[in-house]
Amino acid sequence: MNAFIAIVRRDLLLAARRKSEVLTALFFFMIVVSLFPLGIGPETAMLRRIAPGVLWVAALLAAMLSLNRLFAADHQDGTLEQMSLSPTPLALLVSGKVLAHWLTSGLPLVLLAPVLGLQFDLSPRALGVLMVSLLLGTPVLSLVGAIGAALTLGVRGGGVLLSLLVLPLYIPALIFGAGAVEADVAGLGAGGHLSLLGALLALGVFFAPWAATAALRIALE
Amino acid sequence: MLRVHGLACDRGDRRLFSAVDFSLAPGEWLQVEGANGAGKTSLLRMLAGLAPSADGHIEWDGQPVSDVRDEFHARLLYLGHAPAIKEDLSALENLQTAAAVAGRPLDEATALAALRRIGLKGREDLPARVLSQGQKRRVALARLLCSQARLWILDEPFVALDVAAVSLLCSILDEHLSRGGLLIFTSHQAVQLGGIGNTLRLGPDPDASRPRPTIAEVPA
Repeated sequence: MNAFIAIVRRDLLLAARRKSEVLTALFFFMIVVSLFPLGIGPETAMLRRIAPGVLWVAALLAAMLSLNRLFAADHQDGTLEQMSLSPTPLALLVSGKVLAHWLTSGLPLVLLAPVLGLQFDLSPRALGVLMVSLLLGTPVLSLVGAIGAALTLGVRGGGVLLSLLVLPLYIPALIFGAGAVEADVAGLGAGGHLSLLGALLALGVFFAPWAATAALRIALE
Repeated sequence: MLRVHGLACDRGDRRLFSAVDFSLAPGEWLQVEGANGAGKTSLLRMLAGLAPSADGHIEWDGQPVSDVRDEFHARLLYLGHAPAIKEDLSALENLQTAAAVAGRPLDEATALAALRRIGLKGREDLPARVLSQGQKRRVALARLLCSQARLWILDEPFVALDVAAVSLLCSILDEHLSRGGLLIFTSHQAVQLGGIGNTLRLGPDPDASRPRPTIAEVPA
């Protein structure tokens, strides 16, 4: 457990020392979301309709941006070798890295989304549902992304391959995440969608670190 | 303690080396020699359990390493080519994180003492990216001073070190051996260490038509 905490602490420290990587993804999210109301015009009914999809798609793309750096730096400087030689299981250390990745790339999106949602004339209640859906959904993005990042580790042109690999896997999170907000706007209640997102998260927490670890071991050989 | 039998390594279709046999008891060291590309690093990575071997087996305390992997890793310290140093962390943070990942958290006083002994006094809080190559190596080597591991596997530990650091490292290795530690390292230079030492030469293969490189074990 000490090693897990040390990994989370180290990755947060590294993110704090190199703020540009975190801020780039955050600004990308803000700008992409803000372009839609500007491009479509001030029709509130239309904006309310597209808001969930736009916010969620932008969140997927922003989460993608920092993924290829998830294991690449550790692979290059030999830290990954040391992690795999640790008496602590590698899957636990990988979970630590995923947690740190979510804290630096997912959580800021969750906190920023309601502010950006105001541009789409979403009701306070819908904004709340949006936040909850992102809170459940963005960890899934980090977890699934970690599998993709581990699989494409050391592959030339891995960045593009990573998006081709991971984006299709994000589809369930997108459907239920955006669906939750849409259902709430339509007055149907978001409970079902949010439960499914929670189920995806539970599955991801259990299986993704294990799958990413298996892929990392192949990359290390 | 560590017994290796018939170890072989393949790279693609080529067999780099085969039939590597040796055993290492407490207080003994083994220097692996060989030309560039002879498979020194591959051998060390296999011994550390980072890469699978094409043939042969490795035993730790009489049991196959694959069966006692966790126990083996808890007793192992491996320093590879890449020093596992984060450029944006200070020497102190690097050392403390590395120790925590290796399962032996360090308090700040111990870590600082190790960095001072290795010759980084006054540079403990500088980010590693402003340190020179040799100083970065010293940060990595500071892990040796804080290690309780029995088996040290060091890949080219003398690279980029100045004369003073080389003799300091030799005395650290001697201390480890006199505590009953085991040591395997690669180096192109002749190294004088206490205890019982062997040299393993991963043979050059001058004749490409010959299927297997030769390996001779020469006691020092």
